[in-house]
Amino acid sequence: MPTTTSDVLQIRSGDDVVRVRQEVRGAAMRAGLSLVDQTKIITAASELARNTLDYGGGGTARVTLLQEGARRGVRVVFEDQGPGIPDVEQALRNGFTTGKGLGLGLGGAKRLCNEFVIETEPGKGTRITIARWR
Amino acid sequence: MDRIPILKLGHSLLVTIQVDMHDRLAMALEEDLTQKIVTHGAKGVLIDISALEIVDSFIGRTLADIASISRMLDAATVVVGMRPAVAITLVELGLSLPGVRTALNAERGMALINRSVTEAGEEDAAGAGDAHDDE
Repeated sequence: MPTTTSDVLQIRSGDDVVRVRQEVRGAAMRAGLSLVDQTKIITAASELARNTLDYGGGGTARVTLLQEGARRGVRVVFEDQGPGIPDVEQALRNGFTTGKGLGLGLGGAKRLCNEFVIETEPGKGTRITIARWR
Repeated sequence: MDRIPILKLGHSLLVTIQVDMHDRLAMALEEDLTQKIVTHGAKGVLIDISALEIVDSFIGRTLADIASISRMLDAATVVVGMRPAVAITLVELGLSLPGVRTALNAERGMALINRSVTEAGEEDAAGAGDAHDDE
């Protein structure tokens, strides 16, 4: 049975995005991820936290240290009550953006993770769950 | 609010980013740099990111913006000190930095800037020569 610890973080400002990065870094280090894997999950988390802020109208992030037997990892869940993503397929394709971004959308963040799940409903909100294992 | 310090280095400006940049800090940096490029007539901007463990699309966008603004003001931008893990992640993220040249360290970065300044000078000199030939 996985033993976990988790912290819930508010995402209301650019400073909060920085805080999410620091929290994910801490968990990634405790999980024993390699430097490159740490960098990947923190970068993915940073992208999604920023999306939560810029497109979700603000929301939360929950960082969990995962442990399944000898396997250790990090999971981050982003939630918002924003407009939702009307076309997930399109959002995952490279080059998609509704904002001023470089067109990376969610495809780039997904590539950096071992697990990547999007739950969304237009008008209701979005929940994105990512994980990186050691 | 803290602002990122900008140092004058010959005809170039040196910026060392050592903290996690948030939105206001990035905007302040762009404004300060733009101002100083004009004030000092800088020909190059060296951005040292060797302290950054993470470069996400926001930071990438900021670097690309700085490069574009600098070019409009006739200055070359070189980003130096990118960490290997960052480079690997940027490629996987699919983030290319349009108009941003990179160099391994500050020394090579300055050489790159000096080379582009020299080439621009040679073009100017050649242009002036042509004008004389017409007389």
